[in-house]
Amino acid sequence: MKILVAVKRVVDYAVKIRVKPDKTGVDTQNVKMSMNPFCEIALEEALRIKEAGFAKEVIAVSIGPSQCLDTLRTGLAMGADRGIHVQTNSNFLPLTIAKILKSLAHVEKPGLIFLGKQAIDDDCNQTGQMVAALLDWPQATFASKVVLDKDKNVATVDREVDGGLETLSVDLPAVITTDLRLNQPRYATLPNIMKAKSKPIRKMTVEDLKVDVQSDIEIVGVTEPPKRKSGVIVSSVDELIDKLKNEAHVV
Amino acid sequence: TFISFSRSPKSEGETNEKRMTTSAFLLRALTKKKQFVASNAPRSISIITNLSRYISTLILAEHESGSIKPQTVSTVVAANSLGESSSISLLLAGSGSSLQEAASQAASCHPSVSEVLVADSDKFEYPLAEPWAKLVDFVRQQGDYSHILASSSSFGKNILPRVAALLDVSPITDVVKILGSNQFIRPIYAGNALCTVRYTGGGPCILTIRTTSFPVTPITSDSESKKAAISQIDLSNFKEDSASRSRYVGQSTQDTERPDLGSARVVITGGRALKSVENFKMIEKLAEKLGGAVGATRAAVDAGYVPNDLQVGQTGKIVAPELYMAFGVSGAIQHLAGIKDSKVIVAVNKDADAPIFQVADYGLVGDLFEVIPELMEKLPEKK
Repeated sequence: MKILVAVKRVVDYAVKIRVKPDKTGVDTQNVKMSMNPFCEIALEEALRIKEAGFAKEVIAVSIGPSQCLDTLRTGLAMGADRGIHVQTNSNFLPLTIAKILKSLAHVEKPGLIFLGKQAIDDDCNQTGQMVAALLDWPQATFASKVVLDKDKNVATVDREVDGGLETLSVDLPAVITTDLRLNQPRYATLPNIMKAKSKPIRKMTVEDLKVDVQSDIEIVGVTEPPKRKSGVIVSSVDELIDKLKNEAHVV
Repeated sequence: TFISFSRSPKSEGETNEKRMTTSAFLLRALTKKKQFVASNAPRSISIITNLSRYISTLILAEHESGSIKPQTVSTVVAANSLGESSSISLLLAGSGSSLQEAASQAASCHPSVSEVLVADSDKFEYPLAEPWAKLVDFVRQQGDYSHILASSSSFGKNILPRVAALLDVSPITDVVKILGSNQFIRPIYAGNALCTVRYTGGGPCILTIRTTSFPVTPITSDSESKKAAISQIDLSNFKEDSASRSRYVGQSTQDTERPDLGSARVVITGGRALKSVENFKMIEKLAEKLGGAVGATRAAVDAGYVPNDLQVGQTGKIVAPELYMAFGVSGAIQHLAGIKDSKVIVAVNKDADAPIFQVADYGLVGDLFEVIPELMEKLPEKK
């Protein structure tokens, strides 16, 4: 079985972002970029499944500008066997990304597609669900535990839902999106980073995949959220209770 | 019996229906016909829809043990601000008597609900995305809705994007403000930027709603008597296909007497500094005293002090209580994303440079192991 993992290049999670003065978006020039944390977890899980003997090959896919090659190299250094880079300079909506991944699934015929549950830049939390729908495959979102049964061709997945945990069993092929607690992604070691340089990355375009890239969402503007007015540091519990009672009226 | 989806005015007192003019009805009839003749004519449809300003919303409702969840009522509040003349249909799926109970409660959960559609089948016993997404599509085909909504809960986020892909439209996640029938504001980058988007597609506009941004105002007693019509959906033509390829195995839920984290008036949160499960009980006691809910940071959840469903932040729950108190919480970007809209933020931390103090209304630099017991002693009992 092959496993396809979608990885996205995003502004590093620790960076404090700045909204562009012309309100067209967020400044991503000269900002540290990294692999989306949820994608790292997705890739780690795929690698563990391969190491357990359930899969033969792990393929990392990234869609975006040429710098996505760095993200793919990171994935290859972690242990992915090969990469696919779908080159584009547009910022595609999750629906378009899902269509691209569907096309790739038709080419590569994976038994599983792993994605992060959301990208920390657009915070959409949509792509995995949409790929599953387009392929008419079952989905297991927000996974915190994945157990494969090779004989039955089934994945049993614990999902992080609002009230606690829910367990599902899905027939393969399936789409799984990963939550934070699924695993602790490994670091790429220097020898593996060197090895990754010789691993193949196939370059493709959306035209190759014949995907309709029309957008049905227009970004009108991006603004900073309202600033909270600055607070006060109180010196004692008594003062705090007094403020909460008589100033804020919340206790 | 098969339900009728025609939108003729029903009972008296349905003000929304009354407000609608005859011309709006005609236009609507036209658009409906048009969709049957040429479903690939999104442009003309959207023009007519704009003219008539008719908004017809389908809400995928969440219910539990015979009643509608508060998030769903918040979603109704959001749907109300989509446009002036609008009708709101609640779709409830499930099976058995608790579903019917929930439906009857849903009919009077908010005065602007115009109808309740009930899909009663074993297929919907558990909220599996595959059959539920197909169901929403099935209902949409018969109802011609301009908007399809659900709350941004794990339930809504699991199902609606799947529905959207079936309809080939882009959904919009976590809407915090509705500017018009096709223009919305949503947070991006963990709430550090607000993005205004316009939906330009031809199909229904699919939204998940951040419910803390649409609080439910108490409903006056005289409106309680108003009940929306309840219709059972005929599922004889409903096809499953992929549905049976996923199965529900089980669930582990946390029993708690405390109020729900997402809608509590007071939220008390603990971070890694609590150091142990035992110490975290101090947070729980303080929450009890204030009648509040307990939250946690990722660090506290990862350390095993509390279960994951108490995590507050970008990837956990979003809260907006009147009072939010953070103990031993440093204030990482990802945590702040979940608390920024709280009315009053109180932070207690040993480290005076902790980022949490930058958003706190009241900060106290001190040892939480001394502060919490003192608060327990001196705070007034909850009203």
